[in-house]
Amino acid sequence: MKKLVALLLMLTMVLSCTALVHADDPIKVGIINLDPSESGYRQANVKNLQETFTAENGYDATFITAPTADKQLEAFRTFVNNEVDYILVSAAETTGWDEVLQEAKDAGIKVFLFDRMIECDPSLYTAAVVSDMRKEGETAVAWLESLGLDEYKILHIQGQLGSAAQIGRSDPLTEKCAADEKWTMVREGTGGDNWDANEARKIAEAAINAKEDFNIVYAENDGMADGVVAALDAAGITHGVNGDVIVMGFDCNKWALEKLLAGEWNYDGQCSPFQAVKIDELIKILEAGGEIEGLNELNQIISEEKGFDARTITQEDIDAYGL
Amino acid sequence: MSQRKKRSRGLGQLLIPLVAMGLLLIFNLFRDPGFFSIGIATNNSGNAVLTGNLISIIDSASELAVISMGMTLVTAACGGQDISVGAVGAISGAVFAKVLLGFGSITGATVVLGFILSVLATILFKLFNGTLVAVFRIQPMIATLILYSCGRSIAYWINGDATPQLNSPILSAMGMTIPGIPIPTPIFAVIIVGALMALIFRLTTTRLYIQSVGINQGAARLNGINPVAMKLLSFALLGVCVAVAAVIGVSRLGQLNHKTLLVDIEMDAILAVAIGGNNLGGGRFRLSGSILGAYIIQMLTTTLYAMSVAPVNVKTYKAIVIIIIVVAGSPVVKAKLTALLNRLCYAGLPSSAHKGVN
Amino acid sequence: MLNDALLTMRGICKQFPGTRALNNVDFTLRRGEIHALMGENGAGKSTLIKVLTGVYEKDGGHIRVEGQEAHIHSPQDAQKAGISTVYQEITLCPNLTVAENIFIGRTGGALVRWKDYEKRTDEILKSLGIPARAKQELSRCSLAVQQMVAIARAVDMQCKVLILDEPTSSLDEKEVEMLFGLMRDLKSRGVGIIFVTHFLEQVYEVSDRITVLRNGELVGEYETRDLPQVELVARMMGKDLKELSGLEAKTENRAAVHDEMVYEASGLSSSEARPFDFSIARGEVNGFTGLLGSGRSESVRAIFGADRVTGGKVTVKGKPVRINRPHHAMKNGIGYLPEDRKRDGIIADLSVRENIILALQVMKGFFHPMSKAQMEQFADEYIQALNIKTASQDTPIRALSGGNQQKVILARWLLTHPDYLILDEPTRGIDVGTKLEIQRLVLKLAAENMSVTFISSEIEEMLRVCSRLIVMRDRKIVGELSGDGLSQAQVMKTIAGGGQ
Repeated sequence: MKKLVALLLMLTMVLSCTALVHADDPIKVGIINLDPSESGYRQANVKNLQETFTAENGYDATFITAPTADKQLEAFRTFVNNEVDYILVSAAETTGWDEVLQEAKDAGIKVFLFDRMIECDPSLYTAAVVSDMRKEGETAVAWLESLGLDEYKILHIQGQLGSAAQIGRSDPLTEKCAADEKWTMVREGTGGDNWDANEARKIAEAAINAKEDFNIVYAENDGMADGVVAALDAAGITHGVNGDVIVMGFDCNKWALEKLLAGEWNYDGQCSPFQAVKIDELIKILEAGGEIEGLNELNQIISEEKGFDARTITQEDIDAYGL
Repeated sequence: MSQRKKRSRGLGQLLIPLVAMGLLLIFNLFRDPGFFSIGIATNNSGNAVLTGNLISIIDSASELAVISMGMTLVTAACGGQDISVGAVGAISGAVFAKVLLGFGSITGATVVLGFILSVLATILFKLFNGTLVAVFRIQPMIATLILYSCGRSIAYWINGDATPQLNSPILSAMGMTIPGIPIPTPIFAVIIVGALMALIFRLTTTRLYIQSVGINQGAARLNGINPVAMKLLSFALLGVCVAVAAVIGVSRLGQLNHKTLLVDIEMDAILAVAIGGNNLGGGRFRLSGSILGAYIIQMLTTTLYAMSVAPVNVKTYKAIVIIIIVVAGSPVVKAKLTALLNRLCYAGLPSSAHKGVN
Repeated sequence: MLNDALLTMRGICKQFPGTRALNNVDFTLRRGEIHALMGENGAGKSTLIKVLTGVYEKDGGHIRVEGQEAHIHSPQDAQKAGISTVYQEITLCPNLTVAENIFIGRTGGALVRWKDYEKRTDEILKSLGIPARAKQELSRCSLAVQQMVAIARAVDMQCKVLILDEPTSSLDEKEVEMLFGLMRDLKSRGVGIIFVTHFLEQVYEVSDRITVLRNGELVGEYETRDLPQVELVARMMGKDLKELSGLEAKTENRAAVHDEMVYEASGLSSSEARPFDFSIARGEVNGFTGLLGSGRSESVRAIFGADRVTGGKVTVKGKPVRINRPHHAMKNGIGYLPEDRKRDGIIADLSVRENIILALQVMKGFFHPMSKAQMEQFADEYIQALNIKTASQDTPIRALSGGNQQKVILARWLLTHPDYLILDEPTRGIDVGTKLEIQRLVLKLAAENMSVTFISSEIEEMLRVCSRLIVMRDRKIVGELSGDGLSQAQVMKTIAGGGQ
């Protein structure tokens, strides 16, 4: 009998010990993202996060995707109440976060922003892993300028008006057109909140119907560039490397890069959705008691991004960078 | 005299849409005769394609023309409209894309299979609507509201991908032009669907039955017609139309976007039916009227494009013109016009009658 | 005498595209008289009334009310001039109360004191002897009372001229009496009443004078007591008296000569009809009679499978069959002309041709559409055979007069060559000429070995046509009359409960 009691005691001790070890082990992370149905970009982004923050990798991650700010705020509060270790946010709206961020800070929870910035005091979050959209635009315009054309007659298809990506990609081009008289904006239109290919097709169709003369299509994502190409094909206007019209897109979808390789398009600007690896890296540093280095004044870490030229792209590039 | 009467009866319903189309053409003729120029050019795939605004109109109106045929039948049989055609079209497109993506390769066989499955799935969804309308006697607009609001989510759920890409020469041949034939392929789709409808009307009593049910369901039943079956049939045929339009839409872009495929097409389709002179309360119908209505709507859009109106603003101008056409075709205005015409006719008549007597 | 003229219409002309609906018509209504406006369908009665009530604009002529020239361009103008109409189809709101119906649309000001209106309504109802209460929902009143409420509304609006357009066509005899009582009362108060009806007996019962129209022209104006009934019919039809009397002779000798039963049912019941037994022999004409609502229409609907059939055994020509839907009945050679022509018979917007071939087409089947030529041939044949007056085959049936619409429906069923044809009220709301034509047709069909079940509210008509009458009361068959028992008195007795 005594033996049995002793055995049981030993067993409980062993069990509780292992339990303690385990409870200490996984890092609790709450991830708030936008709805994956938004775009191919978002889908790759969500997938990347899910593949990175796994149990095998030492995480206990909870994913919430919500298209609106109020749902996101609600999720954020839940995470604070559940006392997670880290919260990762891609915000639907840039404002209105100060209060919850302060709550998280008070609770000792570290917050990472990814993909989208929030307008607040940078001290409220640990770091923001984002793309520099303006730089994407500047890279694209610089590439265009490097072609050294006599005339730049541009059909400009904008993304969701007011979004960071649209502003960042539009501004360098608009500024260039204002500054250089060789550059003219033939027509400007938006694919709307959905960055819609079909809307883009209509804008191109309208330009063609109105007999407007353009030699460059500057579309702010791949889908819209594809929509314009459909209109060009229907109207018998050639495009791509040996064509009459230069086609430019953004995001570097795999299929888009393949079009580059086939010479149907001319340029595609990268916009990396792969912030998860970087954040994982940063969390591991913090867990090991280290400090995050290389932050700018906005606590940002900018993703490395490049632009691809149809004349130089290779299959390896597609495999490496295609979404 | 009797012959003249007959002809005017035949035209009656089509008079207003024909006049509207004529006015649009004349307007364009004065605005820019170049509007009518048709050329031939070679595109990136090395295909010769017909170009010009007229071609663009006929091509772009294809989805609308096909759907408005189906919408006409549902309107005639049920006395109401299906507002879920756009959303269900997204489902049709999703099923089509699912099959192609599932096989991983786009070949003639997979495209045919994808199309057939897409048609079948769409018919199923439409029969769901039809059952609500025919069996449970729910107003068509309410019955289709359900799929209107959740159809696009279902479409997303089928593929689990925001905008799957479907790049293939076969699809671009379906959505644009077949190599060697410079006419846009969607135009053939309209012709085939139209011919199919004509064949159905010729080989079956669909037309008579649907009209009877739409005008007086009770009387139709007492004459041995099954109103439920006819309403379901009209929805099934609409399903075929929706699937065809969705496949055209997907092929055009080589891409499926569940949010924007055939978006807002339900309103245009209902308008096409109305502009075509069909009674939105059901009963007698003419498919030719609705098809004409579809081309008028597209011609209006293209005209506005050609006048450099931005696509975002086109909707407003379009709305104004369409309201004018619909009001001109309304019973009140029609009656006034007929009265005016009669007065003019009779004013001229007595003198000639006297001459005859003398 | 001339001072008595309340309303005079002189030289009224109205033209429609292709037809001259009214040509130089005069009409005079005196104060305190009931004036019957008679004529076959298409004679111009409705047009004259619509001109008078401002629905149509007249092309020529004058209208004077109490000697003053009246300018009537809209129904509102007519109302202001003191002219009110009560139509065949009640145009009140069934889900409002009686008081609301009487005062709706003329309650001055924003503050409506319904209490006062209800009190006033009860006074009006009482003074006119209408058996209804102010707070009662209109739909709970009988059709006759609804009609009387419509009249009360008109009376309270100080109308001088009251037009009653076929007010009795859906009332039973007791209700008709009630209505006549009200009409006489109004007459004594000096209201002039224009009474449009198809029931000749009723004309002679209440009217003082008669104006007859034919083909848009005035035939004449008569004192009722000076114009024998047959003369009136002759004037309306523009026909010879002898031709009319011919019918009596023909109907004398008829009897079911065949023993073969075309249709037999035992214990047949439907959602609307209680179980009953029924049979009809080849070449027999029988009929269901009884008051409105006695279940006669429901019985024939059960036979045709128009309502949900709930039980019973049916044999057609000796073979047991199941008839649950109209289509089954049609397949078994049964045709059915429904009671309510507008609701259940015509497909209003379809052409005369399509309406004629509809039933035959359904019998041929979904996958065997008839050719246009075939349709045209059939339509032509029956338009001629039944003397249907229509501009063309392509004319929508709604453009035809009631009688001609009914003939089209008849043609529809005759075209299917049924063994057994059910005619429910085929002559209701139809002019005398067409009525006689239909009666003759039924007898001719029977002579050609078709079996016919005939239902009519006019007992005389049933007696003329049927060789056997099934009498119904309270949804039950209470008697069967044939041979010598076929007399008006016997039918009345059976209905009243004192049968054989």
